[in-house]
Amino acid sequence: MTFTLCINGKDWSISSDPETPLLFVLRDELELKGSKLGCGLEQCGACAVLVDGKAEFSCSAPAETFIGRDIVTIEGISGLEIGRRVQAAFVDANAAQCGYCTAGMVIAVTGVLTESPHLDRRELKPMLDNHLCRCGAHPRVLRAAEMAIERS
Amino acid sequence: MTDVAETKVRDWLSVSNDTLQVRTGKVDIGQRISTALAAIVQQELTLPPEKIVVAPVQTESSPDEGMTSGSNSIEQSGHAIRLAAATLRALVLGHAADRFGGARQEWSVRDGVLTGPGINRPLPFLDIAGEISLDIAVDAKAELASAAKATSYLMRGMADLVSGSYHFIQDIEQPGMLHARVVRPPHARARLGDIDDRVWQRLKSEGFHLVRDGSFLAIAGPLEWPVMRAVSRLSRACEWRQEDGLPEGDIFASLTKDTAIGMPVVNGTPVEGEPVPERRWKPTHDARYERPFTMHGALGPSAAWASWDGTTLDITTHSQGIYILRDSIAESLEMAPEDVVLRYMPNAGCYGHNGADDAAFEAALVALALPDTPILLKWSREDEHGWEPYGPASAVELSAQVGEDGQIKAISLDAIGGTFRGRPRKGAGQAGPKKLLANHFRAKPLGPDPASPNMNWQGGLHRNLLPVYDFPQVACSKNLIVDMPLRTSALRCLGAALNIFAIESFLDEIAREHGEDPIGYRKAYVSDARALAVLDRLQAELETPVSSGEMGRGIAYAQYKNAMTRVAVSVDLSVSDAAEIKIDNIVMVADAGRIVDRDGLIAQLEGGALQAVSWALYEEVKWDRDGVTSRDWESYPVLRFSEVPEISTILLDRPDCQSVGAGEASPGPVLAAIGNAVYDAVGLRMRRLPMTPEAITKVAMDA
Repeated sequence: MTFTLCINGKDWSISSDPETPLLFVLRDELELKGSKLGCGLEQCGACAVLVDGKAEFSCSAPAETFIGRDIVTIEGISGLEIGRRVQAAFVDANAAQCGYCTAGMVIAVTGVLTESPHLDRRELKPMLDNHLCRCGAHPRVLRAAEMAIERS
Repeated sequence: MTDVAETKVRDWLSVSNDTLQVRTGKVDIGQRISTALAAIVQQELTLPPEKIVVAPVQTESSPDEGMTSGSNSIEQSGHAIRLAAATLRALVLGHAADRFGGARQEWSVRDGVLTGPGINRPLPFLDIAGEISLDIAVDAKAELASAAKATSYLMRGMADLVSGSYHFIQDIEQPGMLHARVVRPPHARARLGDIDDRVWQRLKSEGFHLVRDGSFLAIAGPLEWPVMRAVSRLSRACEWRQEDGLPEGDIFASLTKDTAIGMPVVNGTPVEGEPVPERRWKPTHDARYERPFTMHGALGPSAAWASWDGTTLDITTHSQGIYILRDSIAESLEMAPEDVVLRYMPNAGCYGHNGADDAAFEAALVALALPDTPILLKWSREDEHGWEPYGPASAVELSAQVGEDGQIKAISLDAIGGTFRGRPRKGAGQAGPKKLLANHFRAKPLGPDPASPNMNWQGGLHRNLLPVYDFPQVACSKNLIVDMPLRTSALRCLGAALNIFAIESFLDEIAREHGEDPIGYRKAYVSDARALAVLDRLQAELETPVSSGEMGRGIAYAQYKNAMTRVAVSVDLSVSDAAEIKIDNIVMVADAGRIVDRDGLIAQLEGGALQAVSWALYEEVKWDRDGVTSRDWESYPVLRFSEVPEISTILLDRPDCQSVGAGEASPGPVLAAIGNAVYDAVGLRMRRLPMTPEAITKVAMDA
């Protein structure tokens, strides 16, 4: 039995067990490896994808709970105007060290700017608290977000 | 370890497909070493960045540069590659002159194109470099390209990272590959008894492969999520003998000199076989500073890929030392090292020796049990938190004799703690294999290996134990505790983090007691002009006082290993009524010699500072008799965005001085500046990390 998920603007027929967390469907069935497994506990944000425009964890919730929702992964983020702007700002700000958190960060910043396009740094910080970075690239991520806002 | 003077240009550089291939033994663990090495080649040869390829690091073809650790990569690999590139430039220019005429001095290279007498067409540097033999010794005195104004480089891989196409080790995918996981014991001393045979048989009938070697137990299958589910089922079917459990009790009470292997440390180097000399002066000041077990806490759990075809054991790993790991895996399996091939592939930043090497060996064990089947083995978050080798709990005891004028006449520093030397380094008595976690659990167990003191200059516990200041009398000792309740190994900075925290806090205590300005007090003991320049610049930056009466400001200074990057730090913070520290601002001034990549250097210093903020405020590994209880990001909290301060980093460029690494230069002084700022804000001296609200409240109650 299969079910359908809308990912990066396209409907995919999914054959994984519907209880499989979305992340494993993305990575293993669809070979979209950009979303990362960091904890599997919804604590670190490495697995974030946009769901109806908002960043959500994909590592725990069963894939079937995403049926009928608009999912955008890091591979599809350049299809969104804000996403392209955020990607470019991350590159220009060198906003990564090891980069394991980066896909989730790009998703998170895109989600935040989609909802609130004109935040300042003080307002941005708590919006990104679901996303861990162990290298200390936070100031660069914040700078990238500010650049993306300035360029709107 | 490769000595640059004995290497050839082709060991580091070669021309292939119209690109210059740069070979390094140093791996990119997020510290941007590949960006920096490409920048060095670009600076020497003027090639455009797309013509420079930093080759993947593997045991078959990369120079053996030992470990990627200790902030050494710029000084070692970077220096070697700069010399190799400069040698190549001289060779190519000489060859062009021989072939096309003119004197060698009349030839030059710009944007990767040669210009010289009688040439009226573009002559690409790489065309000539590709024609000549690079089997020529690196000239250690090669003339280097003059240092231009320091610039920043685009981080290599950045465009792939933001589009999800950068490949981490976890992303390997190939036909027939199985995903594997290890079924972990509750703690390091538990051993596997019976496994419920019904569960075992059912899992096998469902197509899972089960691998057991003594108490090492792994499971493999074609898809990751079903394997993770199967681990839970198999785990519940296992009967673990608890043995005595993990030792509990006050770890800091157990860190005493009388239970340790003690030895003097003279000029940064431990002296074997000599007792620690008795102190012949009476101290006026004493203080002890402490740090708990601390996790590397990589954001991506450890992973490895392995495959065994009956002849060669192929391993892909994110280890920081592929050569030592290859030798220890080969020795564990009684194989010839040349039959084991290791390739590096990135995982998340590791900040020292985490589970990378252990995962590689575990993947190898599963691959050997399932020949001709590629295996991708991953640790879970709980595995990583619970089984990585932590930075050891440690303490530093300081004493000083201070005159009434506030002058320090004599100082002693005794570092006490567990080992930072947990890497699988080859040695007598199967020392390497004994450091690999799975060997502790196999049917013929090896290890764990009792710790032995690191005798290297500025190594282990004694890194930065020697103050950088000119005190009249200084005595240092290191005191290694062999029996620790938890496995430990190298964590970013090794002993330097705690030692600098201790020295710089202790100086602050003495300076404040005598009403001295903390920067001025330090400068009085500094004769190194570059250190003075760093301190002067920080002083100039701090002309604005802290913004309100409730804010505290602390400063600290250190030179990593007393020989590398100099960093002066100022921290502004407040402490709330709930005893929560809120850091507003960090200012850093750093001298790392000639700047290779301006933005990359700032990123390393910033990253180190923020990791230190996380250590200072939150990080402590907890455990009880039944195992480690810090098993996720809630039970082991770390820094999040809301608590990230503003950071400004000022670099003092020294174009005429050798470039030195900076990845470990900022954490020590940042820790100390935080402690000093807390004292400035609320008058409480925090001598143990982390400075949690509970810890601050306790110090306030005891005051």
